[in-house]
Amino acid sequence: MTSKDNGRSMGYKIFSVVVLIILAFLFIFPLYWIITGALKPPAAINSPKPQWWPSEFTMRNFQVLFSKRSAPLFQFGSVTGPTVPAAIRWMVNTVFMAVMAMILTCITAAMAGYALAKKRFIGRYLIFSLIVAAMALPKQVILIPLIREMSALGLYDNIWAVIFPTVGWPFGVFLMKQFSESIPGEMLEAARIDGASEFRTFTNIVVPMIKPGIGALAIFTFINSWNDYFMQLIMLTSNANLTISLGIATMQAENSTDYGLIMAGAALAAVPIIIVFLIFQKYFTKGITMGAVKG
Amino acid sequence: MTQTMSPALRRRETVSGYLFLLPSLVFFVGFVVVPMVMCVITSFFDANMNANTPDVFIGLANYKELWQDKVFLKALRNTFIIVLVSVPVVCIFSLWVASAIYQMKEFALSFYRVVFYLPVVTGSVAVTVVWKWMYNNYYGIFNYLLKGAGVISKNINWLGDPKYALGCIIIILLTTSVGQPIVLYVSALSNVDSTLVEAAEVDGATNLQVFWRIKWPQIMPTTLYILVITTINSFQCFALIQLLTSGGPNYATETVMYYIYYTAFKLYRFGYGNAMGVVLAIFIALLSALQFRLAKES
Repeated sequence: MTSKDNGRSMGYKIFSVVVLIILAFLFIFPLYWIITGALKPPAAINSPKPQWWPSEFTMRNFQVLFSKRSAPLFQFGSVTGPTVPAAIRWMVNTVFMAVMAMILTCITAAMAGYALAKKRFIGRYLIFSLIVAAMALPKQVILIPLIREMSALGLYDNIWAVIFPTVGWPFGVFLMKQFSESIPGEMLEAARIDGASEFRTFTNIVVPMIKPGIGALAIFTFINSWNDYFMQLIMLTSNANLTISLGIATMQAENSTDYGLIMAGAALAAVPIIIVFLIFQKYFTKGITMGAVKG
Repeated sequence: MTQTMSPALRRRETVSGYLFLLPSLVFFVGFVVVPMVMCVITSFFDANMNANTPDVFIGLANYKELWQDKVFLKALRNTFIIVLVSVPVVCIFSLWVASAIYQMKEFALSFYRVVFYLPVVTGSVAVTVVWKWMYNNYYGIFNYLLKGAGVISKNINWLGDPKYALGCIIIILLTTSVGQPIVLYVSALSNVDSTLVEAAEVDGATNLQVFWRIKWPQIMPTTLYILVITTINSFQCFALIQLLTSGGPNYATETVMYYIYYTAFKLYRFGYGNAMGVVLAIFIALLSALQFRLAKES
């Protein structure tokens, strides 16, 4: 390389670092604006001149958020929990939904992915093609028929109506198949010769080997399920059954000018999931890249 | 365990294979395949929410009506504008960011990956409401900043003006679309064969030549995948519309996905909504096939 080239590439490096820092700032800003907005008093929010850093912190927005609506903490059949602010119930619903979707997806997808990768049986190519084809279709077009199906099953306005289609979405099976391909066939053969049952082979040999994949799928499903607003919107209607995103959207429609209140809701919906993402982001990244290898 | 399988072993493989698949298939068939089939079937019926009134078979009438429905055509046009703008911008932007960060140290790399993924994780509702505030006519920071910089002389009602509303939506969509492509490009770029790059550099190739001749062909499969997922995501732009503009003003931000929702859940015309869903799926399939074809040729 000539010195002129070096100078130019140095200049480009500085340029790109500066642009990256500006972009990073712009991408973080909305989140910053949500969190500081949630802590600002109405006067600071409803002023044409933005307050870049809150001059005064207040919990007023959260107090309003927690006093607007209430709902029982939980309901199991005829057992009803104590009445709490609805936002807390929405949180309980959201965590329950995301955790259930995550557990069911990981179990079913790990089993199915292993079977598609390692078992030789008639029809596997057909099933796998069907899975890939379904992944390429827009998820939302199935939502209208899904409503009627859920009504027929008596699950409409029930959190399970959101969980089941998430578990059925075939991305997880695809991802698990990718991970299971790397299991050496000799290990499975050895287990069979030793007389291990199919199920024991799966739990004692396959699962430990695809653990990183299961971790990736778990965090991926958890975050996607948490944020799948459209599905939640059409399936859930009554106050006690809403998720946190849905509850915030409802409050937004009713109090569209109280931005402080809405930011408090947005912070409540966003901050927990962002913390989960930060803790597990390595797994998450792995899941995204593995799921695309053969895209 | 290849061709030499005994019949007993083959039977065991088949039975256990299907048993392992069974739980997943129950959910996949029950809540994905069945609704997909139902979507196609219902699109030939006049169907509504009421379970007591039977669906009436009307053949292709729903599909014929679509092409005379001015709102649908407007929605289709807007959807295509969103796709045509966002897909290339997302690809170029994320490729640039990825090439700028992929050789950084682990900490800096993670930092940027997280930052650009942040709007996706934050969730569509939280992202949308904060942008709504930022776009606000009176209290929004955009009007304040642009007026301060002298770009505009008086406040603009960004989301209420047909001239700007769609553009405003596209900007938010872009910030929530680049996270995944950047992660994918970073991983693709770090897998590029480094011996080829070094050999080219020894031969005196410029950075740009190295990029186009060596790296670009190797990351082509990733580009294709990103094109397809970004296309699908842009076609499905929904939450932004529902929470910000409800398709207005004067249908300026109506998209197919939002119109499907509106038709099914506000007008209760399930059959008509499903016909739109089928048309949308066909468009996405055609566009994906076209992208595959173009990628294969080049």
